[in-house]
Amino acid sequence: MDRTENNILFHKTFHIEGGNFPNAGSISDQVKKALKEAGCPNKVIRRISIATFEAEMNVICYAKRGDLSLFITPNFLKVVVDDEGYGIPDVNLAMSEGYSTADEKIRELGFGAGMGLPNIRKNADEMILTSKFKQGTHLEFVIYLDRQETQLPFE
Amino acid sequence: MTVFDIVKSFELKIRAGKDRLHEEVTGGYASDLLSDVIAHSRKGNIWITIQTHPNIVAVATMKEIVAIILTGGREPDADTVQKAEEEGIPLLVSPLFTFELAGRLYQIGISGMSPC
Repeated sequence: MDRTENNILFHKTFHIEGGNFPNAGSISDQVKKALKEAGCPNKVIRRISIATFEAEMNVICYAKRGDLSLFITPNFLKVVVDDEGYGIPDVNLAMSEGYSTADEKIRELGFGAGMGLPNIRKNADEMILTSKFKQGTHLEFVIYLDRQETQLPFE
Repeated sequence: MTVFDIVKSFELKIRAGKDRLHEEVTGGYASDLLSDVIAHSRKGNIWITIQTHPNIVAVATMKEIVAIILTGGREPDADTVQKAEEEGIPLLVSPLFTFELAGRLYQIGISGMSPC
């Protein structure tokens, strides 16, 4: 965290269980509700909901377990996800649209289209992704509250 | 046009969310890949899919989609119905396949988004 660490208005960590498809979306739903209560603009809520949903799905699809933390500050929102799982052997490859290592079961559910990480990148202002193969993945992304000129594609 | 108008026009079967049919429909999206729907659907859209599992309700809730239509006569899973009731998302079933239903929706004025 940077110098704004002292300005955290809200912080909550959610636990995500790998393979828990029935509950998928519940964390991003809680994040959405927390941001609504905090009075965030709808556009910001939309962007962070999408990014958080994709991050949550990645843990469910590819990891054993993970923690997702939401930080609200006066200037930005930040989400940090750490998981224990298979990790990503090639982060650059994983960031390219259409690339996926999902198995048949995941694809049948309509996941694993290779769009999750690109969707996070499109909706966040900043994104960091690091991974240790066969250990886990660290993802964080930031959406600024004071720079909302960034347009989503097609909007 | 509301969800109810579409239900009537195509004689869709209602499997959940019968109290939420008054919502206005802004357009439509058809896809079975959830990330694609997350990326490209719009608030107020009606969503056509063959996916029947509960995660479709989570996607619809997040994107403020006003109704999901399952095509090819596919029936939603029991836990999908339950979740849709909880979230107030109308879950509708059509015997038509996706291409045919999308075409007919377009004919009555429900359009998709152009990418530019």
